[in-house]
Amino acid sequence: MAAGLIGRKLGMTQIFKEDGVVVPVTVIEAGPCFVIQKKETEKDGYTAIQVGFERKEKNVKRPAAGHFKKAGCGVFGKLKEFRVTASELGNYELGSELNVTMFKAGEKVRITGFTKGRGFAGVVKRWGFGGGRTTHGSKFHRRTGSVGQNVNPGKIWKGKHMPGRYGNEQVTVKNLEVVRVVPADNTIVVKGAVPGSVGSIVYIKK
Amino acid sequence: MTTNIIQKIENQQRRIDHYFVKPGDKIEVHTRIIEGEKVRIQIFKGDVIAIKNGRDNNRTTITVRKFSGGYGVEKIFPLHSPMIEKIELVNRGLVRRSKLYYQRLRKGNAARIKPKNVW
Repeated sequence: MAAGLIGRKLGMTQIFKEDGVVVPVTVIEAGPCFVIQKKETEKDGYTAIQVGFERKEKNVKRPAAGHFKKAGCGVFGKLKEFRVTASELGNYELGSELNVTMFKAGEKVRITGFTKGRGFAGVVKRWGFGGGRTTHGSKFHRRTGSVGQNVNPGKIWKGKHMPGRYGNEQVTVKNLEVVRVVPADNTIVVKGAVPGSVGSIVYIKK
Repeated sequence: MTTNIIQKIENQQRRIDHYFVKPGDKIEVHTRIIEGEKVRIQIFKGDVIAIKNGRDNNRTTITVRKFSGGYGVEKIFPLHSPMIEKIELVNRGLVRRSKLYYQRLRKGNAARIKPKNVW
């Protein structure tokens, strides 16, 4: 288990491999992150490091200012804890910097983000129902259809797929291959898609 | 800032030497083909009938059409692919459209694109 980074999704593009194969990639601006707090077993019951991303100068509330003061590396807008083992905890110092150099090209990472919110979505978008015909007298376009039987069971089963809020939920994509790491721009380029809209916060873990 | 970083990544692989290609051009595309250990060059000669996916990125593709054995053949090349050894211009064509899909309905002499006089 190793710590991760907080980043912002910048968008997608494509990269040619040497043999001409096109790789679809997502570009993420990740870090530099700073260790703000170390969670210890004796005190907190578990071990983790809390890292901060994107400096914040305005409108800092006094309790937050006090929290950041201990690390002594400024105030940050985004915080995230990454679990580390007790033996690894010693490798991280309060206020030290974590950046993209912790990842290497060819490595697999897992990336967590919030998917794009779809609002109140129907059953076709939300659950992939087939829907009905559009024309030829059909009146069953994108409707839900039957939701159950009759007296027996006499109720609608729990978890029945119905319309409702869709998206804006936390999703983790595992085993995304790191294609390139650019320390100069603090960017990491991974193969494939990453949840969330452009500019949204993502968490990258080894 | 956001787009700059993505553009930087794209620019690293852009083949500026291929930007002269225009619709209607007769060109020769020299493609590197890997066969096991050996690498050979394959030449595809034909007319550019379409340029797609924008020109200011590394995703541009060109559609090249030619006649082979009496049949119309089209091949789509990623313009910035490292597998393209070079593109040679045979002549520019006199065309008034950016997409020359009408060429698919033509055969024989009618399918000939008039060369543009360049002097």
